[in-house]
Amino acid sequence: MNKLPIHYFLSLVIAVFGVVYSQQSAAESSTPNPSVTLAELSEPLVGANLRKMPALVERLELEAGTTALPVLEALLAGELYYQRSDKRLVRAVSQTEGGFQISDVFSTDALGSVAKKQIRKVKLNNALRVQLRAAIGRLTLLSDDPKLRLTAIENMLKKPDQANLELLQQARAQETDSDIVDLLNEALALNLLIAATDRQPRLQALRELEGSLQPAVRNALQALVALDADAQPLEQDIVVFTSASRLLDKIDGKLGFYAFLETLFFGLSLGSVLLLIATGLAITFGVMGVINMAHGELIMLGAYTTYVVQLLMPNHIEYSLLVAVPAAFLVSGLVGILIERSVIRFLHGRPLETLLATFGVSLILQQAVRSIFSPLNRQVATPEWMSGSLEINSIFSLTYNRLYVFLFALLVFVLLQLILKRTTLGLNVRAVSQNRSMAKAMGVKTDWVDAMTFGLGSGVAGLAGVALSQLTNVGPNLGQAYIIDSFMVVVFGGVGNLWGTLVAGLSLGVFTKFLEPATGAVMAKILVLVFIVLFIQKRPRGLFPQQGRAAE
Amino acid sequence: MTAVGAIGSDYAALPGVADRAKELRQGARVFLFILFAITTLAAVGNLLFEPDSVFHVSTYTITLLGKYLCYGLLALAVDVVWGYCGILSLGHGAFFALGGYAMGMYLMRQIGDRGVYGNPELPDFMVFLDWEELPWYWLGFDQFWLALIMVALVPGLLAFGFGYLAFRSRVVGVYLSIMTQALTFALMLAFFLNELGFGGNNGLTDFKEILGYDLQKDSTRVALLMLSALALGAGYTVSLWIMQSKLGRIIRAVRDDETRTRFIGFRTEHYKIWLFVYSAVLAGIAGALYVPQVGIINPGEFSPLNSIEAVVWVAVGGRGTLYGAVLGAVLVNYAKTRFTAVWPEAWLFALGALFVGVTVFLPDGIVGWVKARWLQVKGQAS
Repeated sequence: MNKLPIHYFLSLVIAVFGVVYSQQSAAESSTPNPSVTLAELSEPLVGANLRKMPALVERLELEAGTTALPVLEALLAGELYYQRSDKRLVRAVSQTEGGFQISDVFSTDALGSVAKKQIRKVKLNNALRVQLRAAIGRLTLLSDDPKLRLTAIENMLKKPDQANLELLQQARAQETDSDIVDLLNEALALNLLIAATDRQPRLQALRELEGSLQPAVRNALQALVALDADAQPLEQDIVVFTSASRLLDKIDGKLGFYAFLETLFFGLSLGSVLLLIATGLAITFGVMGVINMAHGELIMLGAYTTYVVQLLMPNHIEYSLLVAVPAAFLVSGLVGILIERSVIRFLHGRPLETLLATFGVSLILQQAVRSIFSPLNRQVATPEWMSGSLEINSIFSLTYNRLYVFLFALLVFVLLQLILKRTTLGLNVRAVSQNRSMAKAMGVKTDWVDAMTFGLGSGVAGLAGVALSQLTNVGPNLGQAYIIDSFMVVVFGGVGNLWGTLVAGLSLGVFTKFLEPATGAVMAKILVLVFIVLFIQKRPRGLFPQQGRAAE
Repeated sequence: MTAVGAIGSDYAALPGVADRAKELRQGARVFLFILFAITTLAAVGNLLFEPDSVFHVSTYTITLLGKYLCYGLLALAVDVVWGYCGILSLGHGAFFALGGYAMGMYLMRQIGDRGVYGNPELPDFMVFLDWEELPWYWLGFDQFWLALIMVALVPGLLAFGFGYLAFRSRVVGVYLSIMTQALTFALMLAFFLNELGFGGNNGLTDFKEILGYDLQKDSTRVALLMLSALALGAGYTVSLWIMQSKLGRIIRAVRDDETRTRFIGFRTEHYKIWLFVYSAVLAGIAGALYVPQVGIINPGEFSPLNSIEAVVWVAVGGRGTLYGAVLGAVLVNYAKTRFTAVWPEAWLFALGALFVGVTVFLPDGIVGWVKARWLQVKGQAS
């Protein structure tokens, strides 16, 4: 806060005064006098005349503390009324069709609507408004709750007002939380920028505002660089004008950059979902060459397993996903092995028949889930550690569930690569997929390898289901919604190539999300489908075709 | 070298070929006779006998029969490409629905000012969306002949565009199947959009009359049934003729070994494209006959499940035999009607089991199974 000396001195004085004052009020606001309730304190407001009001408001502030905020805010908004019949204080909002919508001022419970005659407004004038604003500012800005302080500053940033200046400086002096200090500095600089008329303090404020992403700052800057009808700057001071417009350009560049990052994140998030649902298929379809139309239903089973696990351990939702991941892998994997042993192995070398038969299996699984659980969507809870978001700054944040799903998708992918490349099972799988008869001649139990591979691919589908349960609704149609997408990813990436699936999944996700703002969500999906259909005509073997003898 | 000779003009002189052709013609006669006998009896039963008579056939049954025949035509279309050429299309429902939409647009324009909003030009859903005038692609649909052309043209053009791209770049087998499925899925999503101008989610419905005849009247229903039977009979005859001609033999050669057929000197992709277009037109006609009978067309008809169900009808009946496809369509849909009335939850179980059971145990469908049994019995007798 290297401001002009006079200003500095002034703020110091105010700060010292403020500390003394606010410690007093903070102590009171944190321990409201329990013997007097808020209702009793606000009771005199009913029918009070304007001369008595300041004292009543002060008493409310000092004795009720932050609990008085709803009453004070209603009063400031001019929405504090009392009912004529029982003198009860209510918050009333006038309706367009006449009459008032009223609610309890303390509990905010809706009380229905009344005619204008039945209620009476608590009196209010400008002097009282000033007092109220200051009181509300003190209660929130100097409260013990950092969240309350933060929202108070954010509100003040939205509506810069010189009346708040002192209060802000006071808060700045006693603030310890570094995030809030930064925000306070922004608010102070913004106030200074608007209020000051000399070049020096304004440039100083502009320097302080460098890097700020607050919408209010951007608005103030836009007002500064506004042009008149002759395209001449309205601002007289050309130095201020140029530095303001430079700062605005910088902020706009930053905003654009973060908007880009956000779209990229959404794209990668969608891409990771596509990757997850397609990796299982990349194994059964890509490596084994089996068309499994029930793949979507295996994903659905994984999601329902998560649901059941949460039903079984309702008190440990935090750990439910850790249990659900192996459980879903086992359930879907076992069902997959069952499908392979009972249907698919009889249709070896007849891909179109396999497609039809597994489609039949998918119908049976769908109806089974519908009969057992219900045709309605089921609620799967999100654990605490997966909800909320990682705030990078005021306009850019990453939601934890999408972040975790992204990491999970990459983890599953890496694990699968390791299994295929580093284990005996992987060696056998690759051998059988390249040359079945030769592998058999070498003593590989192809039947067993088929079952295991199919189980592995199905298990991964189950894992995808666990992840999807955190992002979308869990219902019997969950699988159907994703089966076409997953086939598209595998075909686009190139059959038999896990890396192709990775690139295809992520790029399709990003592509879709960058298309969406221009075309709308449904149209973007259609365009992507059409794009893939056209792409396959050009390169029938996908992005990364298999090469060498294995391709035959 | 026999392959070259077999496709030449002296094919008919080969031993057994003439017998086979005679057998097919006989089969066709039987099929057509049964088809027209049933529909005529139903029509007479509905129109000439009073409701309390034993011989009376309810209008509900007439409509149901008409529906089955449309499905039969769709199955025929699927069988032509799948059974005879090995192209498993999981998107024939799209052609069916497009034909249906073309007819639905005509029927929609026929409503005129009898809609809820009473607008003589715009269908209700457009008034509801505050549209000022008809989109260009709705113009002319008040003319029946244009609607009829569109019924064939739109599915045909789509099939041509898709086939041109797919068959020329030799997209075959499972890839092709998945592409066709993506096609119908994309169309379904598109038709759900209100902005596209086809009624969005609700589709086209509330039809009043066709060519001035009230759609609710028994006589109109019977006429539509007869028309469906005619279309099916014609489709059957033309398809049989194609399959018996030289063209049909090449098509079957493509099914059995496309590479070899190409090496012999045939441009296999041309045959595939035109067969695909022919099949799409058949499906479109089926859809156009279907819509006035059921009275609604909505984007649900594009859903991938519908297309794949049509494939199962063919598989159940027996692919590679035209009457088998029709038989399969009628049987499966009859089962569906009964099942969903008595025990709706069980229908998907039954359908799923049918998929699995037919592909694993009856690869040639009911017709193939009966034939094999018949040959067995004949072999034991002689």
